[in-house]
Amino acid sequence: MAVTTDTAARFGQFAHPERLVSTEWLAEHLGDPGLVVVESDEDVLLYETGHIEGAVKIDWHTELNDPVTRDYLDGEGFAELLSRKGITRESTIVFYGDKSNWWAAYALWVFTLFGHSDVRLLDGGRAKWAAEGRELTTEKPSIERSDYPVIERDDQSVRAFKDDVLAHLGNPLIDVRSPEEFSGERTTAPAYPEEGALRGGHIPSAQNVPWGKAAAEDGTFRSREELEAIYLDGAGLKPDDSVIAYCRIGERSSHTWFVLTHLLGLEGVRNYDGSWTEWGSAVRVPIVKGSEPGAVPGR
Amino acid sequence: MSLPRRLSDIRDEFLELEGEDRLQLLLEFAGELPELPERLKSDPGMTERVDECQAPVFIALDLDAEGVHMYASAPREAPTTRGFASILVQGIEGLTAEELRDVPADYPQMLGLNELVSPLRVRGMTGMLGRAKRQIALKSAA
Repeated sequence: MAVTTDTAARFGQFAHPERLVSTEWLAEHLGDPGLVVVESDEDVLLYETGHIEGAVKIDWHTELNDPVTRDYLDGEGFAELLSRKGITRESTIVFYGDKSNWWAAYALWVFTLFGHSDVRLLDGGRAKWAAEGRELTTEKPSIERSDYPVIERDDQSVRAFKDDVLAHLGNPLIDVRSPEEFSGERTTAPAYPEEGALRGGHIPSAQNVPWGKAAAEDGTFRSREELEAIYLDGAGLKPDDSVIAYCRIGERSSHTWFVLTHLLGLEGVRNYDGSWTEWGSAVRVPIVKGSEPGAVPGR
Repeated sequence: MSLPRRLSDIRDEFLELEGEDRLQLLLEFAGELPELPERLKSDPGMTERVDECQAPVFIALDLDAEGVHMYASAPREAPTTRGFASILVQGIEGLTAEELRDVPADYPQMLGLNELVSPLRVRGMTGMLGRAKRQIALKSAA
């Protein structure tokens, strides 16, 4: 790796400690050659109100999605985007963002589809950086265009499509949405249409573990022991399980994918980005309502 | 159906700009969103949550002799949502109930923000406008 890893003791407990950096570490290493800091937020304007010095913005809505097909950028689009952001294939990328890194984890996951190897999260994200009184600036970074290669996206290793989920039934599924979304009860006020999916509920046998459980109050990740209690003891996952995580559009489940893959070290965890907005509108896929996971339908 | 003057002025302001500048204008609107009046701050029951927005945003509407007044609150960390709210607060101030009713439901689509901000996010503003219309319709029917 081009840039040293954060050897903070508290990351040592995780399966892949090199995937996290602390705010202290980042403050010390800002400007290191080979390091690119990327801010990715839910709010498309938050970066403009102030960001970590030198950080570039990547917006999932407007930059990571294909504008026509419901899909991510292709290899050429990704190469153009990253070249514009001054990122090379060798860059160490530290992602951070709002909402306990929800969107930062999503961007990291999309970069993983293209096999960008050195991707890390800032533990605690934007909120922790700001809470510690560290500097945010509105000054635009000066970016020197790079020449990122065209890499074919790998849609097999960490991504699942609807048919993959159907074939996967009987193996562990984690639904990371809120309990109300999981049970399928309406959450919108009367007289307003439910937007996004035609049916409520969840994929049969899915365990409901809202994504935010993985984050402590200050937005940092919970300890390995706590995470194991949630996902292994609580949701019944085993270290060698093949797991698919999903939510509404695949963003919150990227966060859980990060936790399962990089912090707990499960291999073969996939994120179903079609998620409920696809499943809940698809014809004839099995759905369970209520707070119980429900049984896998016979085939 | 004609667009009320203030709303059409705001639309023109956006459409005169391009790309980044259009986003900057939205950010300026975000900065202009007034605080909720004290009477609304102290009584959360007076405001309605807009579920279509990703960030928690609350709106309240009044109708009096001077027309419609809209109030909104959204967190500092949600400048886009604040910008949307601010556009509506400024744009529908003083309209009659009928004028607000006749504001096209797709006004948010007219600001040229779909590509810059994304259709999903713009939907939050559509939800806000729909709820504002509904609150005033209920008040004027009462």
